[in-house]
Amino acid sequence: MLLIDDLHVSIGDSEILSGVSLEVPDGEIHAVMGPNGSGKSTLAHVLAGRDPYEVTAGRVLYEGVDLLAMVPEERAAAGVFLGFQHPVEIPGVPTMYFLRTALNAQRRARGQEELGPVEFLALVDAKRRLVEMERALLDRAVNDGFSGGERKRNEILQMLILEPRLAVLDETDSGLDIDALRVVAAGVTTLRSPDRSALVITHHQRLLDHLVPDRVHVLAGGRIVRSGGPDLAAELEAHGYATLGGPAVESLTVSTGTVSTGTAR
Amino acid sequence: MSAARAELADLAGREYAYGFSTDLDTDFAPRGLSEDVIRLISAKKGEPDWLLDWRLGAYRHWCTLAEPTWQNVTHPPIDYDDIIYYAAPKKNAALSSMDEVDPEVRAMFDKLGISLAEQERLSGVAVDAVVDSVSVATTFQARLAEAGVIFCSFSQAVRDHPDLVRAYLGSVVPYRDNFFAALNSAVFTDGSFCYVPEGVVCPMELSTYFRINAAGTGQFERTLIVAERGARVSYLEGCTAPMRDEHQLHAAVVELVALDDATIKYSTVQNWYPGDAEGNGGVYNFVTKRGRAAGARSKISWTQVETGSAITWKYPGVVLQGDGSVGEFYSVAVSAGHQQADTGTKMIHIGKDTKSTIVSKAISTGHGQNTYRGLVKMLRSATGARNHTRCDSLLIGPDCGAHTFPYVEVKHPTCQVEHEATTSKVSDDQLFYARQRGIPEEEATSMIVNGFCREVFRELPMEFAVEAQRLLSVSLEGAVG
Repeated sequence: MLLIDDLHVSIGDSEILSGVSLEVPDGEIHAVMGPNGSGKSTLAHVLAGRDPYEVTAGRVLYEGVDLLAMVPEERAAAGVFLGFQHPVEIPGVPTMYFLRTALNAQRRARGQEELGPVEFLALVDAKRRLVEMERALLDRAVNDGFSGGERKRNEILQMLILEPRLAVLDETDSGLDIDALRVVAAGVTTLRSPDRSALVITHHQRLLDHLVPDRVHVLAGGRIVRSGGPDLAAELEAHGYATLGGPAVESLTVSTGTVSTGTAR
Repeated sequence: MSAARAELADLAGREYAYGFSTDLDTDFAPRGLSEDVIRLISAKKGEPDWLLDWRLGAYRHWCTLAEPTWQNVTHPPIDYDDIIYYAAPKKNAALSSMDEVDPEVRAMFDKLGISLAEQERLSGVAVDAVVDSVSVATTFQARLAEAGVIFCSFSQAVRDHPDLVRAYLGSVVPYRDNFFAALNSAVFTDGSFCYVPEGVVCPMELSTYFRINAAGTGQFERTLIVAERGARVSYLEGCTAPMRDEHQLHAAVVELVALDDATIKYSTVQNWYPGDAEGNGGVYNFVTKRGRAAGARSKISWTQVETGSAITWKYPGVVLQGDGSVGEFYSVAVSAGHQQADTGTKMIHIGKDTKSTIVSKAISTGHGQNTYRGLVKMLRSATGARNHTRCDSLLIGPDCGAHTFPYVEVKHPTCQVEHEATTSKVSDDQLFYARQRGIPEEEATSMIVNGFCREVFRELPMEFAVEAQRLLSVSLEGAVG
């Protein structure tokens, strides 16, 4: 599904990602964890095509195709979804209208027929129940006056409607209460299937209590310093990221290089 | 800076769809302005003496005035002696039916998407078509007459309803009001007249379509709308002009009078030629528009979508004279390329418990400069008056500007005035969010800008709201990569 190979990314003069390698096979959910400032959000944004990050080396293949050569809307139509850490407001644009425009733009780009208003409404009604969102909220402008939790539910709703093949969730769990957290986890679980994958970026282990990943990667200092099974998250929660600091990081990095590229299935 | 941002300034690819000119056999007055020219215009129109005297009074007053300089726009000096003040398509003898309209004029309006043939009209919109200086056709007159509504060209109103015209002409915008109002009063050539009698709700939307065609001419039309007690009318004007290298002056006057419990809704979709990418050519749109909410509980509402013109300079206002009267102003002004707009409103509260609402949305892109200038004035008599002003500016790209000059004068302690203002950019964050969901960049920009204008567009009659959105998209074409 997704192959990230020795990815170097800079913004201005400072390098943020210094050789990230990672593979997410079809049907798997991978978590990327790491301390603040480790480059987690940068990774998410680069995958979605956000300016002004500059890729100085490395490559990203999505279903065997060069993802970095595509503009953001092409990536979206190809099935890449980014759940934002800070979803923006778009005043005056009703959420329903935004969603339908997005879905139909993607369908158009894929050569599929556009969805009419009636079919779309039925689709939205089915999906919004999964994320426990009131219909009235969808008549309001995109994220305009939404609470933090409502914004995140809205992200998950959009994901469920757009049905991406690769969902990248950028700290979608941050600042959520337990109910919202459950909704986010349920949303990702609902989409789980042999031909869909997810990359869940999180600072805390909390989300992973509700959502068991196939693999956990630790990003620190712009590199994957460790990869492991679901147990790794619990270990991090117990000992913190501090144990990854210092000289040990270097040696871990070396071994991780083989782990992350060596686990291709 | 993103590639898209870098291309924001490049508006060269923008097309003005109405830039063609039509070869009409046209009758001109000599270039320049003098009492003789005014006498000639008046004679050509067969006007009564009182009107000629009024024109001459306006002209003599105009001669004492200097062009104002306080507005936040720049342009080379206008040579008032180099303008043709009267131009009329020749085949314009009084028409008894639509079939007699010059086929070339009809073809021109067909090309503009305005069919003058009544049977082909959009349901329920009566149109007065004004080319250069004269009205060439007014549709649906008979059906409106059944309801008692008079809707005709200004010239016809002077002939057929001289008492009404005389009673109201200059009663809201006297020729002493300002430089351009004086000029218009001296040389105005045609325009629309509408009278809705007591208690009548006008059965259809009325509209006037203005077209400057001839080169070297100015357009000086006057519109007068009177709504008697309890009457209601909704009126829309649209405007286009050919692409020409020289600047053309459009100095119109619009007067509205609403008596007790009457409502007038006046909408403008202004799309005069804005000039080319380097700022050559384009219409100077210097217009005085004012309504007098004369009667108790009367209401006057202005909605304007200003996408065209090299320079737009206008302040449609309401004099809230009747107790409990209501004034509204909803505006979207776009300045792209090298366009300049200095626009806003004046709300003059005189009566008790009068209420005004101002919503202004200014969009600047390219090298466009957009100024909101508004006056809210509440006299001592206006006890309990209220105003709410909301003034939002949207910037697209690094080379444009937005400016706000709100003036507030309140003379009584029971008055309430609220002013909200924001300036924002179509942010990279918003664009990226929409694109990440699969919406292409241009469509995303258009969506965000339309969302910004939504409060104003919803005030427009349905079919024109669609037109306004389309125009906005055309204006912004090329504003993003």
